Amino acid sequence: MAGIFEMHDVSAGYGSEMVLSNIRFAVDELDFIGVIGPNGGGKTTLVKLILGLIRPMQGNIVFQNPGERNLIGYLPQVSQTDKSFPITVLEVVLSGLMSLKRGFGAYGRNDFHKAREVLALMGIAQLEKKSIGELSGGQMQRVYLARAIVASPRLLILDEPNTFVDNRFEHDLYELLRELNKKMAIVMVSHDVGTITSYVKTIACVNRNLHYHKSNIITQSQLTAYNCPIQLITHGEVPHTVLGEHNHTHHHE
Amino acid sequence: MARYPIRCLANTTIHTIMSENILNLLNYTFFTNALLAALLASITCGIAGTYIVSRRMVFISGGITHASFGGIGIAWFMGINPVAGAAIFSILSAIGIEFVSSRSNVREDSAIGILWSLGMALGIIFIFITPGYAPNLMSYLFGSILTVGTTDLWLMTALAVFLILFFTGFYHLILFIAFDEAYARAHKAPVQLFKYLLISLVALTIVLNIRVVGIILVISFLTIPQSTANLFTHNFRNIILLSILIGIVGSVSGLLVSYYWNIPSGATIIFAFVILFALAKGFQVLMEKAMIRKQLNR
Repeated sequence: MAGIFEMHDVSAGYGSEMVLSNIRFAVDELDFIGVIGPNGGGKTTLVKLILGLIRPMQGNIVFQNPGERNLIGYLPQVSQTDKSFPITVLEVVLSGLMSLKRGFGAYGRNDFHKAREVLALMGIAQLEKKSIGELSGGQMQRVYLARAIVASPRLLILDEPNTFVDNRFEHDLYELLRELNKKMAIVMVSHDVGTITSYVKTIACVNRNLHYHKSNIITQSQLTAYNCPIQLITHGEVPHTVLGEHNHTHHHE
Repeated sequence: MARYPIRCLANTTIHTIMSENILNLLNYTFFTNALLAALLASITCGIAGTYIVSRRMVFISGGITHASFGGIGIAWFMGINPVAGAAIFSILSAIGIEFVSSRSNVREDSAIGILWSLGMALGIIFIFITPGYAPNLMSYLFGSILTVGTTDLWLMTALAVFLILFFTGFYHLILFIAFDEAYARAHKAPVQLFKYLLISLVALTIVLNIRVVGIILVISFLTIPQSTANLFTHNFRNIILLSILIGIVGSVSGLLVSYYWNIPSGATIIFAFVILFALAKGFQVLMEKAMIRKQLNR
C-alpha cells in the first residue's frame, strides 16, 4: 500500500526539553491508527510534528507527496480553539479550503457548494449561519470535523476528538470515521483506549518513545512492555472491546 | 494649550451658541473637521478594534498606545512631528510585542507591562527636558477633537481607505489566521506576515486617533463599540459595521458635549460610549425577558 509519510529517527521537544526521542513511524494510505499514551507523553507533539507546526530537533519526516502536507485534515483539541471568536459555521468550514486557493484569495461558488455538502453530511446544514459560540460541544466538533475533511485530504488527524462530547455523538463520530476511512488514512489521538480499540486498525503507544502495535487488540502487559502506563477501561456497551490476555504474538518494534 | 483658542471662543459665546441651531456649527471649519475626524475615527477604530477584541489583544493594544507616548516625547525633543514619532515608536513596539510573544520565553503580559510604563516614562522625560513649556501635553493625553487639522484628516482618510481595502480583500484570510492560528500555520498560510501587518495597522490606528480621544482613552474607542455590537451579533463583519455605527453616534454626541461644556473630547466621547453600552445591555436584557415570557405563554 502506498505510503503517506515516514518519520526517520525523529526527536522533538520545546526549548531544551526533549519530549519525543528517536521516533520511527509511518502512515500508509487508509491506515486507521489510534495514538495512545499518558499525559505529557508526547501525543500532541507527535501531531504537531506531522502537521509541520514544530520542526524535528533531529531526524526527518518524509512525505511521499510533499505538497500534500498542507492539505492534512486536522481536528484540534477543543480547548485549543477560542469558542467566543465571532466566526460563522460556514466560514469555519470554508477555511478548510483556504490552502487550495492560489494566493489565499476569496472563495468561489464551488467552495461554498463543497462546504454546504460537508455540513449536510455532518447533519448540521441548518447551522451554517450560526456563530460557533452558539453551538453545543458535539455540534462544534462536527463543524471542526467538517473543516478537516472539506478538502478531501488523504490524511486526517484527530486530537482527542472525544473530549467534551456526549456518548451519542461519540458513537456517531466513530461510525463516521469508519466511513471516512474508506477514503483517507486516519490518525486519532485519544486517552480513551477502551473505546477506540474497537474502531482503529492499529495502535501507536507514545511515551517519549513510540511503539507501533500492528493490531487493534492490546493487553495491559503489552502496554507495560511498551512503557506506556495507562489504564485500560472497559466500556461495557461497546462491542469488540477485547481486553485482557490473548494468545496472539505481536512483534514489538 | 492648543485648546486655548477654542476655550476662549466657547467662553465668550457659549450662551449664544447654546441657543444656536446645531446646523449653524457646520459653518465653522474646526467643527466640520471635528465631525470628519469623528467619522474617520469610527471607521478606523471600528475595523481595527474588531480585530483586537476578537483576538483578545486589548491589553497588547493598551501597551502599544502608551508606548507611543515615548515617541511623542522624543519627537518633541528633536523638533520633528510628534505624530510621526508616535507612529514609528508604536509600530516598533507593536512588532516587538508580537515578536516577543511568538519567540521567547518572556511572559507576554509582563513584557507589555514594562513597555507600557517605559513609553510613558520616556515621553515625560523628553517633554520635560525640552526647553520651553510643553504645549499640547493635555491634548495628547485626553484628546482634542476640536483642534484636528487638515493634515490629520488626510492621514486618517488614507488609513481608513487602506483598512477598508485590506479587510475587504483579505477578509477570509484574516479570519482564518485570527481564529485558529495553528490550523492556518499547518496549512501554510502566511501567518507571521499577516500578524505583523495587522499589529502595525492597529498601531497606526491608535496613533492617528490619539488626536481624537487621547492616549489614555483611545483603547476604549477600540473596545466599547465592539463590545456593544457583540451583544447583538457574533459575526465578524457585522461587528465591524455595527461598531462603526455606534462609534459615529457616540463620538458625535461626545463631540457636541465637549464643545458646549468645554470638556476634553476623549472623556466625553468615551462617556457617551459607556452610556450607549449600558442602554444596549438594558435593551438586550429586556428583549431576553420578553422572549422568555413569550415562550412561557405559548
